[in-house]
Amino acid sequence: MTPDRWIVTVTGLALIGFIAWFFWLKRSTGFRASDISGGYQEAMILVKGGYTPDTIIVQSGRPVRLNFRREETATCSDKVIFADFQKSADLPTGQTVSVELLPKSPGEFGFGCPMGMFRGKLVVE
Amino acid sequence: MSAVVTEIRARRPDATTQQPVQREHIELRIGGMTCAHCPPAIEKAAAVVPGVISASVNPSTKVARIDYDSAWTKITDILHAIRSVGYTVGTATMRVPIKNMHCGSCLTRIELGLQMVPGVISARASLETNAADVEYQPEKVDFPAVRKAIESAGYHVAEPKIEPNAEVLDPAEAANEQEYRTLMRKFWFAAAVSIPVMALSYPDLVPGLRDWMPMGSETRRMVWSLLGVISLPVMVWAGSQFFTGMWDALKHRAANMHTLIAIGISAAFAYSVVTVAWPQFFPRMALAEVFWDVTDVVVALVVLGLALEIKAKGRTSQAIKKLIGLQAKTARVLRDGTERDIPVEEVLVDDTVVVRPGEKIAVDGEVTAGASAVDESMITGESIPVEKQVGDEVIGGTLNKTGSFKFKATKVGKDTALATIIRMVKDAQGSKAPIQRVVDTVSAYFVPAVMILAILAFIAWYNFGPEPRLVYATIVLVTTLIIACPCALGLATPTSLTVGIGKGAENGILIRSGDALQASEKLNAVILDKTGTITKGEPALTDVVVTQGNTEADVLRLTASLERGSEHPLGEAIVKGADARGLKLSDAEGFAAIPGHGVGGRIDGREVLFGNAKLMRDRGIAIDMLQKDWERLAEEGKTPMYVGIDGKAAGLVAVADTVKPDSKAAIDALKALGIEVVMLTGDNERTGRAIARQVGIERVLAEVLPNDKAHEVQKLQLEGKAVGMVGDGVNDAPALAQADVGFAIGTGTDVAIEASDVTLIKGSLVGVVTAIEISRATMRNVRQNLVGAFGYNSLGIPVAMGVLYPFIGLLLSPLIAAAAMAFSSVTVVTNANRLRLFQPRRTAS
Repeated sequence: MTPDRWIVTVTGLALIGFIAWFFWLKRSTGFRASDISGGYQEAMILVKGGYTPDTIIVQSGRPVRLNFRREETATCSDKVIFADFQKSADLPTGQTVSVELLPKSPGEFGFGCPMGMFRGKLVVE
Repeated sequence: MSAVVTEIRARRPDATTQQPVQREHIELRIGGMTCAHCPPAIEKAAAVVPGVISASVNPSTKVARIDYDSAWTKITDILHAIRSVGYTVGTATMRVPIKNMHCGSCLTRIELGLQMVPGVISARASLETNAADVEYQPEKVDFPAVRKAIESAGYHVAEPKIEPNAEVLDPAEAANEQEYRTLMRKFWFAAAVSIPVMALSYPDLVPGLRDWMPMGSETRRMVWSLLGVISLPVMVWAGSQFFTGMWDALKHRAANMHTLIAIGISAAFAYSVVTVAWPQFFPRMALAEVFWDVTDVVVALVVLGLALEIKAKGRTSQAIKKLIGLQAKTARVLRDGTERDIPVEEVLVDDTVVVRPGEKIAVDGEVTAGASAVDESMITGESIPVEKQVGDEVIGGTLNKTGSFKFKATKVGKDTALATIIRMVKDAQGSKAPIQRVVDTVSAYFVPAVMILAILAFIAWYNFGPEPRLVYATIVLVTTLIIACPCALGLATPTSLTVGIGKGAENGILIRSGDALQASEKLNAVILDKTGTITKGEPALTDVVVTQGNTEADVLRLTASLERGSEHPLGEAIVKGADARGLKLSDAEGFAAIPGHGVGGRIDGREVLFGNAKLMRDRGIAIDMLQKDWERLAEEGKTPMYVGIDGKAAGLVAVADTVKPDSKAAIDALKALGIEVVMLTGDNERTGRAIARQVGIERVLAEVLPNDKAHEVQKLQLEGKAVGMVGDGVNDAPALAQADVGFAIGTGTDVAIEASDVTLIKGSLVGVVTAIEISRATMRNVRQNLVGAFGYNSLGIPVAMGVLYPFIGLLLSPLIAAAAMAFSSVTVVTNANRLRLFQPRRTAS
């Protein structure tokens, strides 16, 4: 093999390794929802290319209010779905939309856009 | 409780201090109250708020009455206290547009003015929206009060319009429209640039150009540089969403369609820049090619695809838009003796609403005066107008046809059947079908996997491909990135689900979730509850048999006249039957009920007895000649009773619970769908069999106690069947929950039946057939979409990588890849929209 071939092959394989690490081996630290005086556990979630924060930690048995604010126009993210809670909400651009849930049992519950490109997790303790 | 109150009294300034007690009371509707120990918890929570004098909660009406000192506490504190123990408190919000509001101090004045109104919980004015958002107790505050408060603060309400906070669809739609227009502008720009760029990018193919700008010449370099200059805005402006989308996703260590397109077009662009800027970099001139055309055409096509997708996706939610459009805007309410038109949001429970012919019924209620025919087709799917009389239920959003009437509002605002239906349909459309989980797993790995495949293809082509290797490797990399379409995969299920569930709502069928929809498709047995499901659930007159010398009309007239005095449901059925035949009834004298046997009395001077065989025998009336008819009627599942007139047997009058007119057609249709139909009843075997024969059911589970219904469902499930249970949702709740799919037959406004997976608003079995047909059509559509999307990607990606090249020399152009990618997702959405054409075939009754 000529040197240029070596360079291309090695660089390419390194890139593949980087892609696998970057996209698949990520660890996200959770964000703990804050208690507000209304008895709700509340968190603000920014919808832009993903959910920020994307892992929300809450306690079971108490109502949760997640305020989604979408700041992009791509149609994929115009809805958020909590499949385990049978809840969903439309997210018009630039508006804050609250989703209220009552997690009854501990566990991890995913949420995301209808197409599954945006994902988040509700960790119930 | 009393101890708590005493303690609070001690902390509260009492009447001897300077501050006077401003005693107020408020009634709050409490949500989330399901248990017996809720009221004490709420009372305690409210009572510990300083300034609260007393708090009591009525568990049946779910209303908390709180006396408090308004000088000492605010309503907000009380609300917070109740919410902090886990309950919701019903409040409403309205947005009031305000004119001449210019500065920060205006905001404060308006807010303070509004907060002075008793019942207003919070008020927030904003210069951005030029409006005030008011949170209020609908029981205490109405729009005029809010307007008055704003006007007395020195401002004007721009227009007397109220936006209920439930309406979130419109802004979303407006945003989509805006996005569509932007995308189309980008498309036209990119398309306009693409044409000259495509023509001039391949000079070697065009004889005249080849001579004018030969390979390696300065002219060619100059022209190509110029193409780069005009292509730059295409990438930077028209393709901007790909880069911002990629960047936003990268921050979350995620990748999406934008990532693929952005890398693809920028790779093509970068290669072209190197070609014109440093041609000496390439060992041979044949390598020095430009791919501006790839960048321009890919941007144009993909942007067009996105725009078309927005349009098509908008159509998928047409059903819900129709439902929202049904909501009445105003209502004519009778207050203080005068009729007033008020916004529908201000109608309160117990208001009397007046409806004229041709008008929409504003909220749910019960008719108190007048009569009319009401078109309920928009809610129930039933096309024939329904007669309404005093005491009947009317549904908000339906259309009054012929007469005028008044009704008392029973459900308003978010509690109305229509609002509940809209909410349920939206929730269901947003839910996921189990089939979607597979797709979700795939799409989590999809985009990075495509990137890896593209790099692998690049390495392979660079190492083993034909010359010019670098050009081929670059084309293959770009084509692979661009042809992959995660959107088609992601759109496949949700779009079909949205259309299918919306289609159900149009036909009066509420499918609660994607799970329910997918499960309905697989049903191969359906259990029908007899009473109220197959039958009407109330007895009706069926047969009159007479002995010689008597006429049917005579016997029936006398029996009905006698029964008019009794309150027995069977008696009512006979009276109704006689009325229906136009018989004129007389008054009975000396009416006597003989408990357990029947009734007797004197009518028009004749002695009439009506009851069982024992009654007749006791009075010495021979009934042998009627014995055969009695047995025949009993065999048919009816309840026959003897009539004796003037000491002689006159005949038999039979009543029975009758089958709904369309039950048989529905059961036949279910069988035609290949579904086993089983009847479940608490009645005896004979009655059950008789009804089953009429509707063509072979399998009958009779004498089932109410508690055992769920068990019977389970037994059938153990036979390996996917079982649907159809029942009334109240008595059958455990059985509905046990079944794979529980169908609740609804009546009128009570649509939120908890245990059911599917609610049939119209109380007809035909709905079960339609629901199953819709689920089958929808799931078929989902599968078509998934097969299409998976097939497209699993064929397209390898072909783009060039696996066919060694065999048949086929290599895709990036331009074709872009067209394929853009239209694959549009195709998926268009196919889902095809479901809108679905017509329930077997509903002709």
